[in-house]
Amino acid sequence: MKKSIILGALTIAGLSAVAASAATVDDVKARGTLNCGVTTGLVGFAAPDANGEWVGFDVAVCRAVAAAVLGDATAVEFIPTTGKTRFTALSSGEIDLLARNTTWTFSRDTDLKFDFVGVNYYDGQGFLVPKALGVSSAKDLDGATVCIQTGTTTELNLADFFRANNISYEPVPIETNAEAIQQYLAGACDAYTTDASGLAASRATFETPGDHVILPEIVSKEPLGPVVRHGDNDWGDIVMWTLNALITAEELGVTSANVAEMVTSTTNPEVARLLGTEGDLGAMIGLDAEWAKRAIETQGNYGEIFAKNIGEETPIGLARGLNAQWTNGGLLYSPPFR
Amino acid sequence: MSDTHEHSIAFVRTTEIAQQPAPLNAAGPVKWMRDNLFATWANALLTVAAAYVLFLLISSTLPWIWGGLWTTSSLSECREILQGQSAACFSVLTERWNQLLFGFKYPAEFYWRPTVALVLMFFALAPVLFFDLPRKLLIITALFPFAAYWLIWGGTIWTPLFAMLGFVVGYFVYARYVSNNFALGFFGGVAAAIVTWYLSGFIVSAIAPSQPLLAAVPSRDLGGFMLNLMLGLTCVSLSIPLGIALALGRQSSMPLIKWVCVIFIEFIRGVPLITLLFVASVMLAYFFPPEATVDLFLRVVIMITMFSAAYIAEVIRGGLAALPKGQYEAADSLGLDYAQAMRLIILPQALKISIPGIVNIAVGLFKDTTLVSVISMFDLVGMIRGPILASTDWNGVYWELLGFAAVLFFIVCYGISQYSQWLERRLATDHR
Repeated sequence: MKKSIILGALTIAGLSAVAASAATVDDVKARGTLNCGVTTGLVGFAAPDANGEWVGFDVAVCRAVAAAVLGDATAVEFIPTTGKTRFTALSSGEIDLLARNTTWTFSRDTDLKFDFVGVNYYDGQGFLVPKALGVSSAKDLDGATVCIQTGTTTELNLADFFRANNISYEPVPIETNAEAIQQYLAGACDAYTTDASGLAASRATFETPGDHVILPEIVSKEPLGPVVRHGDNDWGDIVMWTLNALITAEELGVTSANVAEMVTSTTNPEVARLLGTEGDLGAMIGLDAEWAKRAIETQGNYGEIFAKNIGEETPIGLARGLNAQWTNGGLLYSPPFR
Repeated sequence: MSDTHEHSIAFVRTTEIAQQPAPLNAAGPVKWMRDNLFATWANALLTVAAAYVLFLLISSTLPWIWGGLWTTSSLSECREILQGQSAACFSVLTERWNQLLFGFKYPAEFYWRPTVALVLMFFALAPVLFFDLPRKLLIITALFPFAAYWLIWGGTIWTPLFAMLGFVVGYFVYARYVSNNFALGFFGGVAAAIVTWYLSGFIVSAIAPSQPLLAAVPSRDLGGFMLNLMLGLTCVSLSIPLGIALALGRQSSMPLIKWVCVIFIEFIRGVPLITLLFVASVMLAYFFPPEATVDLFLRVVIMITMFSAAYIAEVIRGGLAALPKGQYEAADSLGLDYAQAMRLIILPQALKISIPGIVNIAVGLFKDTTLVSVISMFDLVGMIRGPILASTDWNGVYWELLGFAAVLFFIVCYGISQYSQWLERRLATDHR
């Protein structure tokens, strides 16, 4: 009898999963809020402030999608997820969109039945060392002790990098980021390695950040981006093009400050198409003409979001690097709005 | 006789010497120190070493605590003021005080509601914990769960009222039939309660006002130490009766009941709590359609209750096994039936023996409620590890926050432990 209950529940789950993936955009509109999965807290990317309002780089993506679809950037229900619960939350339909610094990999895209709709942050594994060590390149780290979080891809990347360069190292296995920072500051290891954005965020919390440097070598590719369920391409398109709209807006010089004026005064046809004064791009993805304008107006373009949450003016102080526009030597390259 | 030595001895004292204080080295603190701290050379050495370690600890922590800052708005501001000196940055506690206690999403204008519920909790617990108080106070205890539910979650008052009605109906059905047949009374009562709840579901949705007196707060918005206290109190008070039932069931002579209890206990004890929590938060989501999920708080309460009930059952089984067989036989020879024997003779003694074990599990359970932070519920530890340490203002403050959490947990756990020791002394009827 127990078996039949479980089977029945599985059948219902299967049916409901299909039902949920049929038209996420309709569900979102009917509900009036977007269920967006974020981290339980990562400096600069997503964290509630003292008033309980979520702010951060990933949060801005959620809010931009809500502004585009629902016309209200605050109509977002943020669902905090851990590294372990994020994928089940998405595939079970608990969240419509996962914006949680998730690395785009082959198996996640195919085997787990998700779609990565773009990249909002190009990250990579880096090394943090004390200035006193006198090292200027990761290749000088021969024989160094390295703090590393166990069970992560960074552990494997580290081994690959040192083997490829034919130098030796001694790993110091550590469980969490907080513990790793304590060990590193206590001198238990010469270098600490994890994603470069994480290193910068951690370094910003040191008493004397200036005494530590992040080495220039980036030893892995970690493209982080928003994720949706596989099979609902209409919803995937909306999220993908909202992200592209933010990137294109920066490329075309549209900001949250000048977007209202641009709508009337622009002579650039692509800006006109983006902001909905020309053509009917909004209708093609099932939204109104001003969808992108609202996203830019409330959140700012990609560059503004970056500068406000994790840029060089913030305590985290990340340089644009790979995340600059392609015109400035970065990797951000949105397909044209046509 | 008195004349005999009158001239042969120069001086005879005729009055008693007033009592003298003991020599300095044979009484008071000096004697205590000699007896306890410097009794032998080895002890003296150990004392000096321990004093030195204590001095090091206190001399480094006290200035850190006294010099602490309470009014800055970020860690960097703290460091600017301290200029490299070592001192605590307690400002994180003052700035995030409400978040630590209530979580970051509980509406600020409703903070008084959980606070009132907390005060009521003391009144509700008092008659249960201190049985010298008048028994009439138990009415408060019976009403408390419904009042607390209504205060914390808000919404229409009819929901808790009809929930209470279900219990009342169930009790009357039970009382009506239990004299004929215990099973009939018990299952009849449960069935009547369920029917009442099922029907009241329709009534409540029909008569619920659109603007309830207390605005509803969803479970997801609960957090902070409030969540720990709620989980701890609910799960302890549910798992003790369940644990007693399981322990008695395991000793039952009816094979069906016995094996159900044995399998339940052994299965739950063989699984880590964290696994059960993951099942509650992640796996169950697959079994329900997205709209019709069971409330996450309820799922977690069920899992933790099952977990601690299995352990409490084993502790009570130990208490039952410790009773001499003569007690059971004495009950039988008095002509008591099973329920009477258990209620009047066996359980009072078995539970008294089990108190230290039950308290041990209750304290452990209360601390285990922090595990819910791994399934992204923001209890006290979840708030610290997640939102607060991830904010740009406070990233890097560890000692102050975790120390604060430790103090809060210590107060509660030490209180429970002191109560249990008082209870053991109060119930001591043997003549040891």
